Amino acid sequence: MNGILFKLRRRLRALFHKSELERELEDELRFHLEKEIEQNLARGMNQEDARWIALRSFGGVDQVKEESRDVRGVRFIEELLQDVRYSVRVLRRQPGFTITVVITLALGIGANTAIFSVVNAVLLRELPLKNPEEVMWVWSTRTDRDKAPFTLPDFLDYRDQNHTLEQVAAFCNVGLNLTGSEKTERLQAMRVSANLFELLGVDASAGRLLVPEDDDPARRPTAVLSYESWQKRFGGDPQVVGKSLNLDGETYTVVGVLPRTFNLPDRDAELAIPLRPLLDPLRELRSSTNFLRAVARLKPGVTRQQAESDLTSIVARQRQQFGDPYLKKTGVRLVPIYEETVGNVRTALWVLLGAVGMVLLIACSNLAALSLARASARYHEMSIRKALGATSVRLVRQLLAENLLLTLLGGAAGFLLAIWGVRLLLALSPTRLPRDNEIGVDLTVLAFAAGASALAAVVCGALPALQASRSEMRRGLLSSTTRGVGEGASRNRSRSILVVAEVSLSFILLIGAGLLIRSFISTQAVNPGFDSSNTLAVRLSLPKANYPNRTAVSLFYDKLSSRLQALPGVESVGAISLLPMSPGLRVIPFIPKGQGASKGDSFVAQYRLVSPDYFRVMKIPLRQGRAFDSHDRDDRSAVAPVAIINETLASRFFPNNDAIGAQIQIDDNNTGPRPVEIVGVASDVKHVSLEDKPTIDIYLPIAQVHEDGVGALTNSMYWVLRSTSDPAALEPGIRRELRSVDKDIASADLRTLESYLSDSVAPRRFNLRLLTIFSVAALLLAATGIYGLISYSVAQRTPELGIRLALGASRKNIFRIILGQGLRLVGVGLVLGLVGAFALTRMIRSLMFGVTPSDPITFVAVSSLLIVITIAAGAFPALRATKLDPLRTLRE
Amino acid sequence: MKEIQTDLLQGTLDLLVLKTLQTGPRHGWDIAQRIQQVSQDVLRVGQGSLYPALHRLEERGWISAEWGASDNNRKAKFYKLTAVGRKQLAAQTESWERFTGAVDLILKTT
Repeated sequence: MNGILFKLRRRLRALFHKSELERELEDELRFHLEKEIEQNLARGMNQEDARWIALRSFGGVDQVKEESRDVRGVRFIEELLQDVRYSVRVLRRQPGFTITVVITLALGIGANTAIFSVVNAVLLRELPLKNPEEVMWVWSTRTDRDKAPFTLPDFLDYRDQNHTLEQVAAFCNVGLNLTGSEKTERLQAMRVSANLFELLGVDASAGRLLVPEDDDPARRPTAVLSYESWQKRFGGDPQVVGKSLNLDGETYTVVGVLPRTFNLPDRDAELAIPLRPLLDPLRELRSSTNFLRAVARLKPGVTRQQAESDLTSIVARQRQQFGDPYLKKTGVRLVPIYEETVGNVRTALWVLLGAVGMVLLIACSNLAALSLARASARYHEMSIRKALGATSVRLVRQLLAENLLLTLLGGAAGFLLAIWGVRLLLALSPTRLPRDNEIGVDLTVLAFAAGASALAAVVCGALPALQASRSEMRRGLLSSTTRGVGEGASRNRSRSILVVAEVSLSFILLIGAGLLIRSFISTQAVNPGFDSSNTLAVRLSLPKANYPNRTAVSLFYDKLSSRLQALPGVESVGAISLLPMSPGLRVIPFIPKGQGASKGDSFVAQYRLVSPDYFRVMKIPLRQGRAFDSHDRDDRSAVAPVAIINETLASRFFPNNDAIGAQIQIDDNNTGPRPVEIVGVASDVKHVSLEDKPTIDIYLPIAQVHEDGVGALTNSMYWVLRSTSDPAALEPGIRRELRSVDKDIASADLRTLESYLSDSVAPRRFNLRLLTIFSVAALLLAATGIYGLISYSVAQRTPELGIRLALGASRKNIFRIILGQGLRLVGVGLVLGLVGAFALTRMIRSLMFGVTPSDPITFVAVSSLLIVITIAAGAFPALRATKLDPLRTLRE
Repeated sequence: MKEIQTDLLQGTLDLLVLKTLQTGPRHGWDIAQRIQQVSQDVLRVGQGSLYPALHRLEERGWISAEWGASDNNRKAKFYKLTAVGRKQLAAQTESWERFTGAVDLILKTT
């Protein structure tokens, strides 16, 4: 131990007090020499002889010194430091080169690291749960869907009858009105089985999380806050534990806060309250809506398939026992929680990382070309150093040291850039990524940045270093005047390979971006089915207490709509339970036949409650029949309620154009299907996304909403106003009228329909922008590469071109020779890029819309763009070559 | 007198240096002189091998160095045995004696 410390101290001294050691060595040797001379003098020699003989017997002072230095055991490090010092000097002498390289690397490594830190957090890191591989998402499979929620009795059966699950916990979204402060607020929350957090294995960041006992109806209701809500609403105050919240008229005690890295299944939920199934009126109702989702933890040693068949056998029993409500339910599907959480962003993230990685590769090959050019400028220097006895190893090491230093600088700057870039990326991202609260810079990210830098160092530095070690230095010395002739061929080959690589990589990137651009254009060409111009939508939540039934809702509708209608600038006013393109989904089963049909004939439709004027406001044309009118109210109870269906439903189920007057049965309540009469057929509307296939839609008048559906309607409804001018100007008027009708109404946001439309394609636009930026960067880099290569070869071939000109070659010939050389490389790059693009674009099929992966328009357009840009990049130096003065070039 | 300007085996030189230092601290020139004297001019240590050897021994921690004043009050670097060095000296002396004894035996037999 002591020995090691002793050695370490000596080594450190050798490194950091080198001059002191050197001086001591010098002193010691000088002393010896003097003693030697003294002795010689004593032997009777004269001064001069004494000294000379002493020196001779001494055998070379420097050799002794050198050997003594070797003993210190730090020679390698010393030489490395020497290399680094020399590199610093070299790089400082060429600030232009240094800055270019460092900035390029910083941007390249920064962008890569930023995107990697997202990939790392979202895709690579294990979910912050206990043994996440055991946790499964539980879906009900149906004849019409393979991922459906289920009813409360379903869940209770799964929970009580399974043999394969350690635990299972259900949850659903719920909106709660928070009262207590001056204004009522609407909170997004989740009802969760109280064992959910125990099942997942997460720990509270303050207080405690829900425990199974919290489901007990006899206990006082409890709630846990999401970390975000804790920060936002309570400023992270730990005193919040024990506080009471008044939610929907009931008092909940906050018992704790969820950890920062944990997201509730509904990302916007601010708190979780226990499910308390025993208090739920739907607990016995097997025909109720399927509103629950669940997660389960497998028992140790149980496979997913075993658990699936176990649960599916429960569904089979249910079907046998309860019949009708289970006709469509075929079983249970378990999806690993990792798949369920990140499955839908995986492709896009990998594509972005791949793209940004390619940009870095292209940037590196440009830098490599730059280093090559620089190496040939330093040919002379290297030759001299070699002639003076530097070994090849030492020269290569010197070049590597320079590169290492550059990439280290670039990497460090890039890493800092990435820390900022991740924040920018998340701020710009239109949708919240899953697990975005786990994204950050950690050791893995640091290692990645280091790895990227190392890779960059190798790519940038290996070629020139290789060349330096290979080339015949002696020739460099001899032919310093005709520099470049000896080493030209192989160096040009390296540069040509780099250019080909750049062209093919940027071609692949451009194709990717091109396909996404085409997809985006396709979405913009989709007709949403309504006119979004000059419209404003406002989302309302009515306090349940004031609007307990449909009469109250109808009255509210009449009152508010006449007031809004009277506002100056308002052309028309309508309302709908769920606005097209708004987040959320409401579907119901329906039977496209009248009485007597069995439940097995049912299908699923998008379900919207609308006001009479809705179709007029939205400019949704009616193909047949009529719109709703003020007579379609609940007081006409003798007549069946009315409905409007969309064209797709009509053409699919009433192919003989006999929809009007027909009856269908809709299952929009807790007691079973009820008949409605079709009075109109509206044209199709994109309700969920512009990219979806046409849906089957059923509209009902708000005034005839089933009493079971009143809660959902008051929870959230949208009002749409068509304005004669700028819709934004309506906002103050709307707010004023809302307050005067009922000051307890929580109005969330006022937005134009256009913004809903554009938000619906925002994720696509975001991916598209990133990929476009990357591919444009790639294209520019490739163009720079080509420009550099051709300029270089013009400079190199100047004497040859001079001779050609002197012998009568026309300027056009020269231009063609020079440009042809570049075009050949572009051609090779294009072919390679084509092959790569055909292979790679198949992987991003899921990101495309309305185009095929081998879309000819994209391929032709991108190839042309690439050819034009590269010709332009090559034309400048080629033009310069034609202006050469043959006399001068020959003389030089 | 015939002198042996040997390229002494490295281990041998180390042993000689250690032995020389057994009687007390000496500087480099002194060590060389001493070896030469005691061996009656048979062994001469070239400076080119002496100093690297000294630094090597120092590096190993068998001897330690200290600057001091020489006979006529000049600054000189004095080396002395460390505890480890003393043990090394004993061990190496023993193995050297065994070695030479064995060589003797072979040379004197037959």
